[in-house]
Amino acid sequence: MKPETDSQHDHFAGERLKLSHFHPRQADLNLRDAWSSWNGTKFADYYYDAEYEYFCIRNACGTYDICPMQKYFAEGPHAQAMLNRMVTRNIANMRDNRVTYVCWCTDEGRIIDDGTIFKLGPEKFMLTCGSPSLAWLKKASFGFNELTIVDMSDDIAALSLQGPTSCAVLKAMGLSGIENLKPFQITHYPFAGGELMVSRTGFTGDLGYELWISPDLALAMWDALYEAGEHYGIQPYGEAATNMARLEAGFIMPDMEFNEALKTVHFRHDQTPFELNLGWLVDFKKPHFNGRRALLEEKRRGPTYTLTRLDIEGNKVAEGACIYGNRKCTREIGYVTSAMWSPAVKANIALAMIKTEHLSGDLWAEIYYEKELRQYHKVARCTICDKPFWAPERARATPPADF
Amino acid sequence: MQQFDTIIIGAGHNGLVCATYLARAGQKVLVLEAGDVPGGLASTREFHPGFRVSVAHTLNHFSPKINAELELARHGFDNVGAPLPTIGLGANGNHVQVEADSITGVSDKDAVKYRDYIARMQRFARALEPSWMKTMPRVGNNSLRELLTFAQVGLKLRLLGKRDMREFLRIAALPARDLMDENFDSELLKSTLAWDGLIGSRQAPRSPNNTVLTMLYRMTGEHGGAHSLPAGGIETLVNALVSAASAAGAELRLNSSVSKLLVYGDENGLQVTGVALADGSEIAAERVVSATDPRRTFLQLLGVEHLEIEFSNRINRLRCEGFVAKLHLALSGVPEFTGLARPDGRIIIAPDMDTIEFAYDDAKHGRLPDRPVMEVVVPSLTDPSLAPEGQHVLSAHAMYIPHKLADGWNDDARNELQERLIDTLCHYAPTLRQQIQHRQLLTPADLELDWRVSGGHWHHTELAMDQMLMMRPTYEAAQYSTPVPGLYLCSAGCHPGGGIMGGAGHNAAREILT
Repeated sequence: MKPETDSQHDHFAGERLKLSHFHPRQADLNLRDAWSSWNGTKFADYYYDAEYEYFCIRNACGTYDICPMQKYFAEGPHAQAMLNRMVTRNIANMRDNRVTYVCWCTDEGRIIDDGTIFKLGPEKFMLTCGSPSLAWLKKASFGFNELTIVDMSDDIAALSLQGPTSCAVLKAMGLSGIENLKPFQITHYPFAGGELMVSRTGFTGDLGYELWISPDLALAMWDALYEAGEHYGIQPYGEAATNMARLEAGFIMPDMEFNEALKTVHFRHDQTPFELNLGWLVDFKKPHFNGRRALLEEKRRGPTYTLTRLDIEGNKVAEGACIYGNRKCTREIGYVTSAMWSPAVKANIALAMIKTEHLSGDLWAEIYYEKELRQYHKVARCTICDKPFWAPERARATPPADF
Repeated sequence: MQQFDTIIIGAGHNGLVCATYLARAGQKVLVLEAGDVPGGLASTREFHPGFRVSVAHTLNHFSPKINAELELARHGFDNVGAPLPTIGLGANGNHVQVEADSITGVSDKDAVKYRDYIARMQRFARALEPSWMKTMPRVGNNSLRELLTFAQVGLKLRLLGKRDMREFLRIAALPARDLMDENFDSELLKSTLAWDGLIGSRQAPRSPNNTVLTMLYRMTGEHGGAHSLPAGGIETLVNALVSAASAAGAELRLNSSVSKLLVYGDENGLQVTGVALADGSEIAAERVVSATDPRRTFLQLLGVEHLEIEFSNRINRLRCEGFVAKLHLALSGVPEFTGLARPDGRIIIAPDMDTIEFAYDDAKHGRLPDRPVMEVVVPSLTDPSLAPEGQHVLSAHAMYIPHKLADGWNDDARNELQERLIDTLCHYAPTLRQQIQHRQLLTPADLELDWRVSGGHWHHTELAMDQMLMMRPTYEAAQYSTPVPGLYLCSAGCHPGGGIMGGAGHNAAREILT
């Protein structure tokens, strides 16, 4: 990925954002020029309208640029042992061409990041995550000598295709048999003289795929995809729509639900997997992994906070709200990390960190909101949702419904 | 497989001390020593037919508590020997001689200053003394026992009184150069007194860090810092420790090199369950206590896959590079040092502070020092069994000799170093060269290989402020237990550190038994 300008006379050359492998097409479609950045790459907040893009994900399909996502190859006889010591989940029995969701922690059991591991071969893995992690991977590889770690972030073009018509689009593109790909599986197709890797993965909680290809074929793939998707409502979506979709699915976001431990300054302002309701990712049957001792202690003691799904009365979005144990708001017990009005669920939903000991009592959110420049606040009753807000059957159905 | 309560890896003095305490408490203990003699760096080996010597050539702070508790007198170790004077040789045949309460060869002013200086340093050494034979508290763990340890050291320091306590805090991290400059005029006296703060560490006179603490650490023995040699040599102590261990029921096996720790893992986590030997056999035990250095223990014997990421990186970053080489000379007679009637002290060849500093400058860039500095002892004067009758052994520690030479260690470099060391000695003992029958040079790289010490470092890992006390060798392993259940440390790489003191072996045994 090249910077936007690389003129040697540009004093700000090093500060300019890199351009995604899909940038020429995405720039055409970014009607609002609504750019921000992700890991130094120019990245769309939205292309036309965030809510419109959200509805494309839920009712048709959309593409989301994951070129800026970090991708690392870990390869060699020690690759599995090294990764398995690093992550809390057991990947020893993973089969080839499978993907698994993982998180990894400091020695103290605080979450550094979450991501996915792709098993590409017996000794070949790809780790993807939101933030640059090479330094930690190098640290984690110390002592594992038969292993190479390569940062592939700029060398793979990756695009997420999400939504109910996504499978139909891929079929129309000529990927025969794609409908048989199960969640978290990987398959490969020849494409324009190269190879297109497809995984049934995503960050929307919906039916969806992620497409991985060599950068020189990125635009050809985009064109083939958009040609095939023309009558299936394909539309690029940005960060804002992603954030809506992932919140409905109950997925956590760095800098929202958790603070990456290696970037956290204040003592214990980072989180453990148990606090984030990711206890299911922590496999104590595995004799050793980083943070195991600390996490065992955390499990025994119980997490101080627990990430909780809330259904909040009314329709005022509880963004940034504090959570109280009483309606008078004198007993503060937590805070909202993400909140939205969910069109799919037709509910006012939020994720909140709540002190575990108060989970069984009353929960009230003090919500500040604005109406035509006038500020208001209200106190709304919150109900805990035990199940995911949004988990449609089609996300798991194999084959998915055809369109 | 045989089953022991405890296997101890390494029959150095710390391993033997730990083994004896554990065996006396009723444990079935096995000590495995890779070499063919016990004693580690204190073992006495023949380096030329009829000539024997040990790498550690004097005692200065062997713990009187251990001596008494293990009843070493009953095992042949009567006493540490009479204090040896420390003699600093001047370039022009002059010398200064320092003993516990007297000093010669300096001006009256320096002599008066010395009396104040040594009295003050001894007060400080006594204040720190409670720290050495105790387990250091864990940072962030406020258990009563650990708070009491803090309190005890704090109280001792506070009881020094306001003036001394302030002075202690002022000089604690002072470079040796500053400490000496503010006390003395004589360059020779300065370098002689600074020596014990520098040797064995990667520290030069102008390095701020732990010079003063190292001096105070070394002043805790019964002669208040003066070195000594027992009548039968260092061997007497090693033999007594072996005898005490075996009398207590511990078994010692020589030529038994441990190649791996056995680790069992299930849903209850990891557990060290024994050791695998180089010959492929396995021995099971409830626990393994490693008297070999922490780096080797964790990275080679245990393996990082059983450790946590930040911890294993801290172990990897331990500074383990030795800076001291050893020269052994077999001599046809008593070496004659200009101006000395008889070389029966501990002789320092470092005529001024700059010579030490410049030797360090060479070494820190991976070069051999142009003008090496040395500590010389003729141990055969005290223990005649070390050489054939009438003949003698000269034992010299030489600084600063890098573990990693910029161009690598080879025969040329070794010869060059030997020549420089012998030339330096001959400047002070002009007839020495004719007396040499055989020479043995042990660079830090040799010590690493032959004595199995990472970096060939006396203290296993640098005894510096960031690797001392509750940070030694690093947090999570500073209380003798380790992150892996069943594995303990008891080596010089643990608090309180190296030197023939036995503190680590003693403290580790207490941690295991309580």
